[in-house]
Amino acid sequence: MPLDQLNSPIIYFDNAATSWPKPAGMMAAMINYNEQIGGSPGRSGHHRSLDAGRIILEAREALAELFGCDDSLRIAFTKNATEALNIALLGILSPGDHVITSGMEHNSVMRPLRYLEAQGVQVSVVSCSDDGRLDTEDVRAAIWPHTRLLVVTHASNVTGTIQPIADLGKIAGHHGILFCVDAAQTAGALPIHVGEMAIDLLAFSGHKSLLGPQGTGGLYVREGLEKQLRPLMMGGTGSRSEFEGQPDFMPDKYESGTPNTIGLAGLGAGVRFVLAEGVEAIRSKEEGLTARFLTGLAALPGVTVHGPPNAANRTAVVSFNIAGVSPSEAALELDEHYGILCRPGLQCAPAAHRTIGTFSRGTIRFGFGYFNKDEEIDLSLEAIRSLAGGDAPH
Amino acid sequence: MEEQRYIVFLFPSVSYALKAEKILKAAVIAHKLIPVPRHISSDCGVCVRITEDKQQDVERELLGKVEWDKVLLL
Repeated sequence: MPLDQLNSPIIYFDNAATSWPKPAGMMAAMINYNEQIGGSPGRSGHHRSLDAGRIILEAREALAELFGCDDSLRIAFTKNATEALNIALLGILSPGDHVITSGMEHNSVMRPLRYLEAQGVQVSVVSCSDDGRLDTEDVRAAIWPHTRLLVVTHASNVTGTIQPIADLGKIAGHHGILFCVDAAQTAGALPIHVGEMAIDLLAFSGHKSLLGPQGTGGLYVREGLEKQLRPLMMGGTGSRSEFEGQPDFMPDKYESGTPNTIGLAGLGAGVRFVLAEGVEAIRSKEEGLTARFLTGLAALPGVTVHGPPNAANRTAVVSFNIAGVSPSEAALELDEHYGILCRPGLQCAPAAHRTIGTFSRGTIRFGFGYFNKDEEIDLSLEAIRSLAGGDAPH
Repeated sequence: MEEQRYIVFLFPSVSYALKAEKILKAAVIAHKLIPVPRHISSDCGVCVRITEDKQQDVERELLGKVEWDKVLLL
Protein backbone atom coordinates (compact mmCIF):
# COMPACT_ATOMS: atom_id res chain seq x y z
CA MET A 1 0.00 0.00 0.00
CA PRO A 2 1.47 3.38 -0.96
CA LEU A 3 2.08 5.83 1.84
CA ASP A 4 -0.58 8.28 0.69
CA GLN A 5 -3.25 5.61 1.08
CA LEU A 6 -2.51 5.33 4.79
CA ASN A 7 -4.01 8.81 5.29
CA SER A 8 -0.83 9.86 7.02
CA PRO A 9 2.15 11.76 5.72
CA ILE A 10 4.45 9.66 7.86
CA ILE A 11 4.92 6.23 9.36
CA TYR A 12 5.87 6.79 12.97
CA PHE A 13 8.18 4.03 14.23
CA ASP A 14 9.94 5.97 16.98
CA ASN A 15 7.60 5.01 19.81
CA ALA A 16 10.48 3.73 21.93
CA ALA A 17 11.73 7.33 22.13
CA THR A 18 8.30 8.90 22.59
CA SER A 19 4.92 7.62 21.51
CA TRP A 20 2.85 9.22 18.77
CA PRO A 21 0.02 9.73 18.18
CA LYS A 22 -1.59 10.07 21.58
CA PRO A 23 -5.19 9.22 22.47
CA ALA A 24 -7.61 12.08 21.78
CA GLY A 25 -8.42 12.28 25.48
CA MET A 26 -4.87 13.26 26.35
CA MET A 27 -4.96 16.65 24.67
CA ALA A 28 -8.59 17.19 25.75
CA ALA A 29 -7.53 16.74 29.39
CA MET A 30 -4.69 19.22 28.97
CA ILE A 31 -6.92 21.81 27.31
CA ASN A 32 -9.53 21.28 30.03
CA TYR A 33 -6.94 21.97 32.72
CA ASN A 34 -5.71 25.06 30.95
CA GLU A 35 -9.11 26.54 30.13
CA GLN A 36 -11.25 25.45 33.05
CA ILE A 37 -8.92 24.99 36.01
CA GLY A 38 -5.52 26.65 36.06
CA GLY A 39 -4.48 26.80 39.69
CA SER A 40 -1.46 25.46 41.54
CA PRO A 41 -2.12 22.05 43.10
CA GLY A 42 -1.46 21.48 46.78
CA ARG A 43 -0.79 25.14 47.40
CA SER A 44 -3.48 27.75 47.77
CA GLY A 45 -6.58 25.86 48.92
CA HIS A 46 -9.06 27.72 46.72
CA HIS A 47 -11.35 25.57 44.62
CA ARG A 48 -9.31 25.87 41.42
CA SER A 49 -6.18 24.85 43.34
CA LEU A 50 -8.07 21.87 44.75
CA ASP A 51 -9.33 20.92 41.28
CA ALA A 52 -5.73 20.95 40.06
CA GLY A 53 -4.82 18.71 43.00
CA ARG A 54 -7.66 16.35 42.11
CA ILE A 55 -6.33 16.02 38.55
CA ILE A 56 -2.95 14.97 39.91
CA LEU A 57 -4.55 12.56 42.36
CA GLU A 58 -6.50 10.98 39.50
CA ALA A 59 -3.27 10.47 37.53
CA ARG A 60 -1.67 8.90 40.61
CA GLU A 61 -4.65 6.63 41.20
CA ALA A 62 -4.67 5.47 37.58
CA LEU A 63 -0.96 4.61 37.78
CA ALA A 64 -1.41 2.82 41.11
CA GLU A 65 -4.13 0.70 39.50
CA LEU A 66 -1.89 -0.07 36.53
CA PHE A 67 1.06 -1.12 38.73
CA GLY A 68 -0.97 -3.05 41.31
CA CYS A 69 -0.02 -0.58 44.02
CA ASP A 70 -2.43 -0.29 46.97
CA ASP A 71 -1.66 3.33 47.82
CA SER A 72 -1.39 5.91 45.05
CA LEU A 73 0.61 8.22 47.32
CA ARG A 74 3.54 5.79 46.96
CA ILE A 75 4.08 7.30 43.49
CA ALA A 76 6.05 10.56 43.14
CA PHE A 77 5.92 12.43 39.86
CA THR A 78 9.08 13.47 38.02
CA LYS A 79 9.73 15.00 34.64
CA ASN A 80 10.84 11.68 33.11
CA ALA A 81 12.18 8.22 33.91
CA THR A 82 15.72 9.60 34.01
CA GLU A 83 14.91 11.91 36.91
CA ALA A 84 13.17 9.04 38.70
CA LEU A 85 16.22 6.78 38.24
CA ASN A 86 18.52 9.54 39.50
CA ILE A 87 16.39 9.93 42.64
CA ALA A 88 16.52 6.17 43.17
CA LEU A 89 20.24 5.68 42.56
CA LEU A 90 21.68 8.86 44.06
CA GLY A 91 19.17 8.67 46.90
CA ILE A 92 19.86 5.13 48.08
CA LEU A 93 23.53 4.44 47.35
CA SER A 94 26.39 5.69 49.54
CA PRO A 95 30.17 5.19 49.36
CA GLY A 96 31.01 1.66 50.42
CA ASP A 97 27.78 0.22 49.02
CA HIS A 98 27.82 -2.34 46.22
CA VAL A 99 25.32 -2.16 43.36
CA ILE A 100 24.59 -4.73 40.66
CA THR A 101 23.26 -3.88 37.23
CA SER A 102 23.10 -5.49 33.80
CA GLY A 103 25.05 -5.05 30.59
CA MET A 104 21.91 -3.79 28.81
CA GLU A 105 21.30 -0.55 30.65
CA HIS A 106 20.51 2.88 29.29
CA ASN A 107 22.73 5.80 30.23
CA SER A 108 19.96 6.97 32.58
CA VAL A 109 21.21 4.13 34.80
CA MET A 110 24.87 3.92 33.75
CA ARG A 111 25.74 7.60 34.08
CA PRO A 112 24.45 7.98 37.65
CA LEU A 113 26.19 4.67 38.51
CA ARG A 114 29.52 5.77 36.99
CA TYR A 115 29.20 9.05 38.91
CA LEU A 116 28.55 7.12 42.12
CA GLU A 117 31.45 4.78 41.34
CA ALA A 118 33.77 7.81 41.39
CA GLN A 119 32.33 8.61 44.85
CA GLY A 120 33.23 5.18 46.22
CA VAL A 121 30.24 2.99 45.31
CA GLN A 122 31.25 -0.40 43.92
CA VAL A 123 29.50 -1.17 40.64
CA SER A 124 29.16 -4.66 39.15
CA VAL A 125 27.85 -4.89 35.60
CA VAL A 126 26.62 -8.44 34.96
CA SER A 127 27.11 -9.50 31.34
CA CYS A 128 24.15 -10.52 29.23
CA SER A 129 23.85 -12.93 26.31
CA ASP A 130 24.35 -11.45 22.86
CA ASP A 131 20.61 -11.07 22.48
CA GLY A 132 20.54 -9.06 25.69
CA ARG A 133 19.17 -11.57 28.17
CA LEU A 134 20.30 -11.38 31.80
CA ASP A 135 20.83 -14.76 33.47
CA THR A 136 19.48 -14.78 37.02
CA GLU A 137 22.24 -17.18 38.13
CA ASP A 138 24.87 -14.65 37.04
CA VAL A 139 23.12 -12.04 39.17
CA ARG A 140 23.06 -14.39 42.14
CA ALA A 141 26.79 -14.99 41.73
CA ALA A 142 27.51 -11.26 41.77
CA ILE A 143 25.92 -10.67 45.19
CA TRP A 144 28.27 -9.68 48.01
CA PRO A 145 27.48 -9.14 51.68
CA HIS A 146 27.52 -5.38 51.18
CA THR A 147 25.35 -5.40 48.03
CA ARG A 148 22.71 -2.76 48.58
CA LEU A 149 20.83 -2.56 45.30
CA LEU A 150 20.03 -4.43 42.11
CA VAL A 151 18.99 -2.09 39.30
CA VAL A 152 17.82 -3.58 36.01
CA THR A 153 15.89 -2.40 33.00
CA HIS A 154 12.60 -4.26 32.51
CA ALA A 155 13.24 -4.24 28.77
CA SER A 156 16.09 -2.90 26.68
CA ASN A 157 15.50 0.27 24.68
CA VAL A 158 17.88 -1.10 22.04
CA THR A 159 16.73 -4.69 21.45
CA GLY A 160 13.48 -4.82 23.41
CA THR A 161 14.84 -7.84 25.32
CA ILE A 162 12.57 -8.49 28.30
CA GLN A 163 14.39 -9.34 31.53
CA PRO A 164 13.08 -11.90 34.06
CA ILE A 165 11.94 -9.22 36.51
CA ALA A 166 9.86 -11.41 38.81
CA ASP A 167 12.75 -13.89 39.23
CA LEU A 168 15.22 -11.08 39.85
CA GLY A 169 12.84 -9.60 42.43
CA LYS A 170 12.80 -12.95 44.25
CA ILE A 171 16.59 -13.13 44.30
CA ALA A 172 16.93 -9.56 45.55
CA GLY A 173 14.31 -10.11 48.24
CA HIS A 174 15.89 -13.38 49.34
CA HIS A 175 19.25 -11.66 49.84
CA GLY A 176 17.83 -8.52 51.45
CA ILE A 177 18.87 -6.36 48.51
CA LEU A 178 16.77 -3.46 47.26
CA PHE A 179 15.36 -3.93 43.76
CA CYS A 180 15.00 -1.00 41.35
CA VAL A 181 13.39 -1.48 37.93
CA ASP A 182 13.72 0.87 34.97
CA ALA A 183 10.32 0.56 33.33
CA ALA A 184 10.81 3.36 30.80
CA GLN A 185 10.15 0.93 27.93
CA THR A 186 7.54 -1.25 29.59
CA ALA A 187 5.10 0.80 31.69
CA GLY A 188 1.86 0.51 29.72
CA ALA A 189 3.36 -2.02 27.30
CA LEU A 190 3.84 -5.06 29.57
CA PRO A 191 2.04 -6.08 32.76
CA ILE A 192 3.76 -4.73 35.87
CA HIS A 193 2.80 -5.59 39.44
CA VAL A 194 5.09 -4.05 42.03
CA GLY A 195 4.01 -6.48 44.76
CA GLU A 196 4.16 -9.72 42.76
CA MET A 197 7.49 -8.68 41.19
CA ALA A 198 8.91 -7.63 44.59
CA ILE A 199 9.89 -4.23 43.20
CA ASP A 200 11.10 -1.64 45.74
CA LEU A 201 11.64 1.23 43.31
CA LEU A 202 9.94 1.51 39.91
CA ALA A 203 10.97 4.31 37.56
CA PHE A 204 8.64 4.99 34.63
CA SER A 205 8.28 7.33 31.72
CA GLY A 206 4.92 9.02 31.07
CA HIS A 207 5.36 9.85 27.40
CA LYS A 208 6.09 6.42 25.93
CA SER A 209 3.66 3.52 26.35
CA LEU A 210 1.64 5.37 29.00
CA LEU A 211 0.64 7.70 26.15
CA GLY A 212 1.04 10.92 28.11
CA PRO A 213 2.88 14.08 27.12
CA GLN A 214 6.62 14.65 27.38
CA GLY A 215 7.78 16.08 30.68
CA THR A 216 6.02 13.38 32.71
CA GLY A 217 7.33 10.34 34.56
CA GLY A 218 7.53 9.06 38.09
CA LEU A 219 8.95 6.84 40.77
CA TYR A 220 7.09 4.26 42.84
CA VAL A 221 8.67 3.85 46.29
CA ARG A 222 7.83 0.80 48.39
CA GLU A 223 6.22 1.58 51.76
CA GLY A 224 8.76 2.75 54.33
CA LEU A 225 11.64 3.03 51.89
CA GLU A 226 11.24 6.82 51.71
CA LYS A 227 12.86 6.96 55.16
CA GLN A 228 16.12 5.75 53.54
CA LEU A 229 15.82 7.46 50.17
CA ARG A 230 17.32 10.94 49.96
CA PRO A 231 15.58 13.49 47.75
CA LEU A 232 17.40 14.84 44.71
CA MET A 233 15.88 18.29 45.10
CA MET A 234 14.36 20.15 48.02
CA GLY A 235 12.00 23.08 48.19
CA GLY A 236 8.39 24.11 48.49
CA THR A 237 5.85 21.31 48.63
CA GLY A 238 2.76 23.12 49.89
CA SER A 239 3.00 21.02 53.05
CA ARG A 240 4.67 21.65 56.43
CA SER A 241 5.29 25.22 55.29
CA GLU A 242 6.19 26.35 58.79
CA PHE A 243 9.28 24.11 58.79
CA GLU A 244 12.46 24.64 56.81
CA GLY A 245 13.30 20.94 56.72
CA GLN A 246 12.18 18.86 53.73
CA PRO A 247 9.06 16.73 54.41
CA ASP A 248 10.01 13.07 54.94
CA PHE A 249 6.83 11.51 53.60
CA MET A 250 5.55 10.38 50.19
CA PRO A 251 5.12 11.89 47.71
CA ASP A 252 6.08 15.38 48.93
CA LYS A 253 9.66 14.40 49.77
CA TYR A 254 10.41 14.03 46.04
CA GLU A 255 8.01 16.61 44.59
CA SER A 256 9.52 20.00 45.33
CA GLY A 257 8.33 22.98 43.35
CA THR A 258 5.18 23.49 41.30
CA PRO A 259 4.47 20.26 39.40
CA ASN A 260 3.71 19.83 35.71
CA THR A 261 -0.05 19.85 36.30
CA ILE A 262 -1.02 20.25 32.66
CA GLY A 263 1.29 17.38 31.72
CA LEU A 264 -0.06 15.19 34.50
CA ALA A 265 -3.61 15.92 33.33
CA GLY A 266 -2.54 14.48 29.99
CA LEU A 267 -0.72 11.57 31.62
CA GLY A 268 -3.80 10.67 33.67
CA ALA A 269 -5.85 10.54 30.47
CA GLY A 270 -3.18 8.45 28.74
CA VAL A 271 -3.08 5.91 31.59
CA ARG A 272 -6.90 5.75 31.67
CA PHE A 273 -6.78 4.91 27.96
CA VAL A 274 -4.25 2.16 28.65
CA LEU A 275 -6.42 0.77 31.47
CA ALA A 276 -9.54 0.87 29.29
CA GLU A 277 -7.86 -0.91 26.37
CA GLY A 278 -6.05 -3.28 28.73
CA VAL A 279 -2.29 -3.88 28.88
CA GLU A 280 -2.81 -7.44 27.61
CA ALA A 281 -4.64 -6.20 24.51
CA ILE A 282 -1.98 -3.57 23.90
CA ARG A 283 0.75 -6.15 24.33
CA SER A 284 -0.98 -8.57 21.98
CA LYS A 285 -1.31 -5.92 19.24
CA GLU A 286 2.29 -4.77 19.60
CA GLU A 287 3.63 -8.31 19.71
CA GLY A 288 1.73 -9.06 16.51
CA LEU A 289 3.23 -6.05 14.74
CA THR A 290 6.71 -7.02 15.96
CA ALA A 291 6.31 -10.64 14.84
CA ARG A 292 5.14 -9.49 11.40
CA PHE A 293 8.18 -7.25 11.07
CA LEU A 294 10.64 -9.90 12.31
CA THR A 295 9.21 -12.46 9.87
CA GLY A 296 9.52 -9.97 7.04
CA LEU A 297 13.08 -9.00 7.94
CA ALA A 298 14.18 -12.64 8.09
CA ALA A 299 13.38 -12.92 4.38
CA LEU A 300 15.54 -9.94 3.43
CA PRO A 301 19.13 -10.67 2.38
CA GLY A 302 21.74 -8.33 3.83
CA VAL A 303 19.68 -7.51 6.92
CA THR A 304 20.89 -8.50 10.39
CA VAL A 305 18.43 -8.44 13.29
CA HIS A 306 19.73 -7.97 16.84
CA GLY A 307 18.11 -9.18 20.03
CA PRO A 308 15.78 -12.11 20.68
CA PRO A 309 14.55 -13.92 17.56
CA ASN A 310 10.98 -14.14 18.83
CA ALA A 311 8.56 -11.27 19.38
CA ALA A 312 7.42 -12.94 22.61
CA ASN A 313 10.76 -12.22 24.27
CA ARG A 314 10.90 -8.55 23.41
CA THR A 315 8.87 -5.37 23.53
CA ALA A 316 7.83 -3.79 20.24
CA VAL A 317 11.41 -2.67 19.60
CA VAL A 318 13.59 -4.05 16.81
CA SER A 319 17.20 -3.06 16.16
CA PHE A 320 18.71 -4.13 12.86
CA ASN A 321 21.45 -3.35 10.39
CA ILE A 322 21.57 -3.31 6.60
CA ALA A 323 24.83 -4.48 5.00
CA GLY A 324 26.64 -1.65 3.29
CA VAL A 325 24.42 1.11 4.70
CA SER A 326 25.18 2.96 7.94
CA PRO A 327 22.29 3.32 10.41
CA SER A 328 22.27 7.11 10.05
CA GLU A 329 22.23 6.93 6.24
CA ALA A 330 19.43 4.40 6.36
CA ALA A 331 17.38 6.52 8.78
CA LEU A 332 17.80 9.60 6.61
CA GLU A 333 16.75 7.67 3.52
CA LEU A 334 13.75 6.15 5.32
CA ASP A 335 12.66 9.60 6.48
CA GLU A 336 13.18 11.50 3.24
CA HIS A 337 12.02 8.93 0.70
CA TYR A 338 9.53 6.83 2.61
CA GLY A 339 8.28 9.05 5.44
CA ILE A 340 9.36 6.39 7.94
CA LEU A 341 10.57 7.89 11.23
CA CYS A 342 12.92 5.80 13.36
CA ARG A 343 16.04 6.18 15.48
CA PRO A 344 19.55 5.29 14.34
CA GLY A 345 22.76 5.08 16.36
CA LEU A 346 23.42 4.06 19.94
CA GLN A 347 20.07 5.13 21.46
CA CYS A 348 21.84 6.46 24.60
CA ALA A 349 22.79 2.91 25.56
CA PRO A 350 26.46 2.20 24.71
CA ALA A 351 26.58 -0.67 27.23
CA ALA A 352 23.76 -2.46 25.43
CA HIS A 353 25.46 -2.03 22.07
CA ARG A 354 28.70 -3.48 23.48
CA THR A 355 26.68 -6.48 24.68
CA ILE A 356 25.03 -7.14 21.31
CA GLY A 357 28.21 -6.35 19.37
CA THR A 358 27.09 -3.20 17.59
CA PHE A 359 29.28 -0.63 19.35
CA SER A 360 30.15 1.88 17.90
CA ARG A 361 28.29 1.39 14.63
CA GLY A 362 24.91 1.33 16.32
CA THR A 363 21.68 0.09 14.77
CA ILE A 364 18.53 1.23 13.04
CA ARG A 365 15.82 1.03 15.69
CA PHE A 366 12.13 0.66 14.92
CA GLY A 367 9.82 1.16 17.90
CA PHE A 368 6.22 0.15 17.18
CA GLY A 369 3.22 1.42 19.08
CA TYR A 370 -0.41 0.56 19.70
CA PHE A 371 -1.60 2.79 16.86
CA ASN A 372 0.64 1.32 14.16
CA LYS A 373 -0.89 -0.85 11.44
CA ASP A 374 0.11 -4.02 9.62
CA GLU A 375 0.17 -2.02 6.35
CA GLU A 376 2.83 0.27 7.80
CA ILE A 377 4.97 -2.74 8.70
CA ASP A 378 4.61 -4.11 5.18
CA LEU A 379 5.44 -0.78 3.59
CA SER A 380 8.54 -0.40 5.74
CA LEU A 381 9.69 -3.90 4.77
CA GLU A 382 9.53 -2.87 1.12
CA ALA A 383 11.55 0.23 1.91
CA ILE A 384 14.19 -1.81 3.74
CA ARG A 385 14.31 -4.29 0.87
CA SER A 386 15.09 -1.40 -1.49
CA LEU A 387 17.75 0.00 0.85
CA ALA A 388 19.35 -3.43 1.11
CA GLY A 389 19.57 -3.55 -2.66
CA GLY A 390 17.03 -6.31 -3.06
CA ASP A 391 14.56 -6.49 -5.90
CA ALA A 392 10.98 -5.48 -5.31
CA PRO A 393 8.69 -8.50 -4.94
CA HIS A 394 6.53 -9.47 -7.87
CA MET B 1 -31.98 22.59 69.06
CA GLU B 2 -28.36 21.98 69.93
CA GLU B 3 -25.97 23.19 67.26
CA GLN B 4 -23.91 20.43 65.58
CA ARG B 5 -20.22 20.75 66.30
CA TYR B 6 -17.52 20.32 63.67
CA ILE B 7 -14.23 18.52 63.77
CA VAL B 8 -11.38 18.57 61.26
CA PHE B 9 -9.01 15.87 60.04
CA LEU B 10 -5.51 17.22 59.40
CA PHE B 11 -3.31 15.44 56.86
CA PRO B 12 0.40 15.46 56.01
CA SER B 13 -0.34 17.31 52.74
CA VAL B 14 -3.07 18.23 50.28
CA SER B 15 -2.47 15.00 48.33
CA TYR B 16 -3.62 13.06 51.41
CA ALA B 17 -6.61 15.33 52.00
CA LEU B 18 -7.73 14.88 48.38
CA LYS B 19 -7.33 11.12 48.62
CA ALA B 20 -9.46 11.19 51.79
CA GLU B 21 -12.03 13.30 49.96
CA LYS B 22 -12.26 10.70 47.20
CA ILE B 23 -12.77 7.90 49.75
CA LEU B 24 -15.44 9.85 51.68
CA LYS B 25 -17.27 10.72 48.46
CA ALA B 26 -17.34 7.05 47.52
CA ALA B 27 -18.61 6.19 51.03
CA VAL B 28 -21.24 8.96 50.83
CA ILE B 29 -20.18 10.65 54.06
CA ALA B 30 -20.89 14.40 54.18
CA HIS B 31 -17.67 16.41 54.42
CA LYS B 32 -16.06 19.62 53.24
CA LEU B 33 -12.50 20.52 52.32
CA ILE B 34 -11.56 23.80 54.00
CA PRO B 35 -8.29 25.71 54.42
CA VAL B 36 -6.58 24.73 57.67
CA PRO B 37 -7.82 27.30 60.25
CA ARG B 38 -5.01 29.65 61.26
CA HIS B 39 -5.49 28.96 64.99
CA ILE B 40 -4.87 25.25 64.42
CA SER B 41 -1.81 25.42 62.22
CA SER B 42 0.18 27.95 60.24
CA ASP B 43 0.35 25.41 57.39
CA CYS B 44 -1.08 26.63 54.09
CA GLY B 45 -2.90 23.37 53.33
CA VAL B 46 -6.45 22.14 53.49
CA CYS B 47 -8.24 19.82 55.92
CA VAL B 48 -11.41 17.77 55.89
CA ARG B 49 -14.26 19.14 58.02
CA ILE B 50 -17.08 16.86 59.18
CA THR B 51 -19.75 16.98 61.84
CA GLU B 52 -18.64 15.54 65.13
CA ASP B 53 -21.03 12.58 64.96
CA LYS B 54 -19.29 11.29 61.81
CA GLN B 55 -15.82 10.91 63.34
CA GLN B 56 -15.94 7.14 63.79
CA ASP B 57 -17.40 6.58 60.33
CA VAL B 58 -14.66 8.66 58.77
CA GLU B 59 -11.89 6.97 60.74
CA ARG B 60 -13.22 3.57 59.71
CA GLU B 61 -13.22 4.54 56.03
CA LEU B 62 -9.76 6.10 56.02
CA LEU B 63 -7.95 3.57 58.19
CA GLY B 64 -5.35 1.67 56.17
CA LYS B 65 -6.06 3.75 53.06
CA VAL B 66 -4.79 7.21 53.88
CA GLU B 67 -2.96 8.41 56.97
CA TRP B 68 -3.91 11.54 58.87
CA ASP B 69 -1.95 13.63 61.37
CA LYS B 70 -4.66 14.51 63.91
CA VAL B 71 -8.32 15.09 64.55
CA LEU B 72 -9.33 18.36 66.25
CA LEU B 73 -12.54 19.97 67.43
CA LEU B 74 -13.20 23.27 65.68
